[in-house]
This record gives sequence, structure tokens and C-alpha cells, in this order.
Amino acid sequence: MSRNEDFASALLGAERSPPAGLKAWNGSDPTQRFNVHRNNVVASLIDALSTTFPVAQALVGVEFFRAMARIFIVGSPPDSSVLFEYGRDFPDFIAGFAPAAGLPYLADVARIEYCRVESFHAADAVALDAQAFQALQANPDSLSELRVQLHPACRLVRSRHAAFSIWAAHQGFMAIESVVLDQPEDVLIFRPEHEVRTLALPPGGAVFLAALADRCTLAEAAAAAGSDAGFDLSTNLRGLIENGLVI
Amino acid sequence: MSSESSPAHVPLSRAAHVLPAAAGVGIKARHYQAFLDDAAAPAFIEVHAENFMGAGGAPHAWLARLHEKSPLSLHGVGLSLGGEPALDQAHIDRLAALIERYRPESFSEHLAWSSHGGRHFNDLLPIPYDGGTLQRVCEHIDQVQSSLGLRMLLENPATYVEFEASTWNEADFIAEVIRRTGCGLLLDVNNAYVSCINHGRDPGTYLAALPLQAVGEIHLAGHAIDRDGNGDPLLIDNHGSPVAEAVWALYSTVLDRIGPMATLIEWDNDVPEYEVLRFEAQRADLVLASARTAIRQQPKASQA
Repeated sequence: MSRNEDFASALLGAERSPPAGLKAWNGSDPTQRFNVHRNNVVASLIDALSTTFPVAQALVGVEFFRAMARIFIVGSPPDSSVLFEYGRDFPDFIAGFAPAAGLPYLADVARIEYCRVESFHAADAVALDAQAFQALQANPDSLSELRVQLHPACRLVRSRHAAFSIWAAHQGFMAIESVVLDQPEDVLIFRPEHEVRTLALPPGGAVFLAALADRCTLAEAAAAAGSDAGFDLSTNLRGLIENGLVI
Repeated sequence: MSSESSPAHVPLSRAAHVLPAAAGVGIKARHYQAFLDDAAAPAFIEVHAENFMGAGGAPHAWLARLHEKSPLSLHGVGLSLGGEPALDQAHIDRLAALIERYRPESFSEHLAWSSHGGRHFNDLLPIPYDGGTLQRVCEHIDQVQSSLGLRMLLENPATYVEFEASTWNEADFIAEVIRRTGCGLLLDVNNAYVSCINHGRDPGTYLAALPLQAVGEIHLAGHAIDRDGNGDPLLIDNHGSPVAEAVWALYSTVLDRIGPMATLIEWDNDVPEYEVLRFEAQRADLVLASARTAIRQQPKASQA
């Protein structure tokens, strides 16, 4: 085994001895010194996750969150040094984490939070404004055949729970008592300028946007979303433009 | 590839700019607006390269505005120069894109490793000072300097353990890396102090063995005090407090040797208000001012 591998394995296994070949000038046991690195690794990665997932942390409490994060980190350490990208798999881990099973919405709230970080760092792009869109609408036939490109900072989360309302309540946007936990919600994360915004989509809105993201035409996307009885095309078209979702 | 006989030739096209010989601050998002609003702001800023490796958004909008106002030091924390595996080419590419975009006045990285086997540990891990490591570190620095087209600065580490395998002392090892690769030295005075106390060395002797003529930037930061298994002091380089008095004193002796030099106040944990950071930078500027005075008062015999 390489020296780095030896060192690396001991970093993530708290019960393991430090790697062989370490020494200290005063002959002291190197374990305590090696533990500085163990603490740095685990504490800094837990901090990175709590930075990305503050609402998930608030929902379970700091102590529970840090214990859960520690287990995730040992099994799935980052694969890159760009820490804001770390935690893509954390929501899936939460979904399968038995001690959190009492909060079935927790994984989806974490998905919203990860998407918000992705959106924050996504590429810049200039959205089509209302005038440009009106020009397109001058010819309804060509409009229905139009394939649009969504803004690179757009993300969708579809939840079987009230993940958006729970997230929003933690921003102080609504009272947590008014949230119906098992109400499914589709969530749009987008970034008109530099500030990331999050909102609940109207019926069929997520199917409509997902179809557009797959480069379906507006007509095809509307047809796909039409399977939801509540889908209203004009509402969704207005949402596309007002929220700067199309580039 | 380095050879022992001739220093590497490094293209200097983008290294013509240097950091000003004054105090700068390691800047975090919470300080951006205050820095921009500050009419007497510190002379330069430093950011961690990895925090700006996203494609767009607010981080880049801020960094562009900040760099309009101030020289920029780009400080990498994830290259893993001291690691056994090959450097991550994707990471080098992301660095190259950032350097192309911002043309920073300085780029620096650490004498440490942080990634292995596809896992990143987010800590600056120690390396043994032996021949194999020396060769590998030099090859990695050659690769970085030629890929990025600049002369980088290499930061001396803060360490807690030593390796039985080491055959060089740290200062000589660093001097040899600098001799072979032509890179510069980012002298972290806090790291030097922390390492010397942690390994029972004399900081003055350690500094005297470093190639101080290669210093391109100085770092100052706070440390925490712990104890090792024998009850001896174990200093932790945590960047979470004001610079210690002993480190200020050591900093003065460094400036006595090399004259005024770009000096960064680093504060990465429990990040304080902008005013606290600025206060530390002002203290560094006072030490720098006295170093300037000392130089003016020196006899100019050497120029006669």
C-alpha cells in the first residue's frame, strides 16, 4: 500500500491506528498529533455540508445532522476539491438513512438546497425578455413549433411532500403550522440575475419545463403537461418569461 | 522535467505583475461590499481559487468588481502538489481558466497533499522529506508552471507529525524545490512558527535556512494552542483568531532581512467583521512602514 493510501485510510477510520512511520521530536505518541488531521478532515467536510444544507440541518437539529453527515462523509468523501459541489449524493443518502425515516420530506428539502447551490454557481445567460417573446407570438404556428433553451441556472425538484413549503417556512416566508406535509409540490429553482429564487410550480408546470429542457417543442411540452387537468398554458408561458427561464 | 543541474526555465509572460509591498486581506463573501466601500482599503486581496470554480453567478460578478479595485492573489488549496498520484488535469484546467479570466497578480499553492485515490480530504496533509517526494513535487510544480504559464509561489506548511522516512529537513527541502523549479516562496510566518514549536525547532534557524530571496508574498494568520501526548505545546494552524504576538515578532525579523513585502492577513474560520480584518492589516502596514524606514536609513555601501 502506498504511503498516501495508508494515511488516507487512517484519516477516515476513527477507530484505526495512525499510519506507520510517523514520529514526534519529543517521542510522544503521534496519535494525538495525527488526530489534528482527522478532526480537520471530518469537521471541515461536515461544515461544508451544513453550509449547503442549512434547512435540512435545522429540521433535524445540529447534533443529528452532524452525526448523519459524518456517516455520509466516511462512505462518500468528496471527489474534488471544489467543496460547493460536494453533497450531490447527500439527499439520496438521507432518503435511505433509517434514523431519519420519520421525516420523509427531508431528502427532498435537501434536494432543493443542493439545486440552489448549483443554480448559484451556474453559467450566466441573458434571458429572452417579454418583447422578444411577443415577437415570437406574432406567428402562433411557429410559436408552437418553437424549441426553447432554458436558462442554465434552472433546476426542478418534484416532491411527493410539501418540500417547498417546508423550505419556505424556514426562510420565514410562511408559517410552518400552515404546511400540509403530504401535499405534493413541484419546485422551481432559478436565478434571474445573481440571486437564486425558489418557488412552487402550478399544476403541470414541472412536466412542461422538463419537456422543454428535453428540447421538446412548446406544443409537445404543452401536450405532455396537459395530462394534468390543472395545467394552464398561458399561465406557464407567462411564468417562463416573467421569471427569465428562457434564453 | 527538472534536472539537478539547471533551474527550470519558466515563462514569465503573466508574472510581470507582482503584488504591492503592502498589507492585503483574505476576503470572504461577507466582506465584499465593505471592501468596495472602503476608500482606504488594504492594498490587495486574496481568494481561494476553488471557491470560484463555478461557471458563473454572483461569485464571478463580485470577483470582477473586487479585482477592478484591487490587485488579486489567487490561492489554491486543492492541487495536492505533494500527492503520490498524477495531478488532476481537470483541476489544472479549471485553474487555467480562472487565471485566463482574471489575470491575478499572483498564484500560490501548498507544499502538501489533499487528494488520493479519487478522494479529496480538504486538509493540507504532510509529506515526508525524502528523495522520491522531492522529485515528485518538482515534477508537479514544473507541470503547473508550464500549464498555467506563470511562476507560482509555494507555501511552506504547518505540520503536526514528522516522518521517519524524511532524509531532508524542511527548510532545505523547500530551498531545493525552489532551486530546481524556479518557483517562488509564499512565506507563511505563522506556519513557520507553528511547525517550529510543534517539532522543537528554533524559528530563527529555520527561517535562516529558507531561500528568503525567493519570497513573493507573506502570510500571517492566527493559531490555536493545544498539547501533545507529552504535554508539550501543539499549535494548530486554524486561521481562526488574531495573529499571535510571537508571529508578529518573527514577521518583523523577516522584514529586517528582506525588506517590505506583500503581506496577507488570512482568516478562514470564525471569520470576523471586515473591520477586524482591516485592523490586522493596518498593524501589518505599520510593521511594513518601519521596514521601509530601516531600508532608507541603511548605509548604501553595497551600491558604491
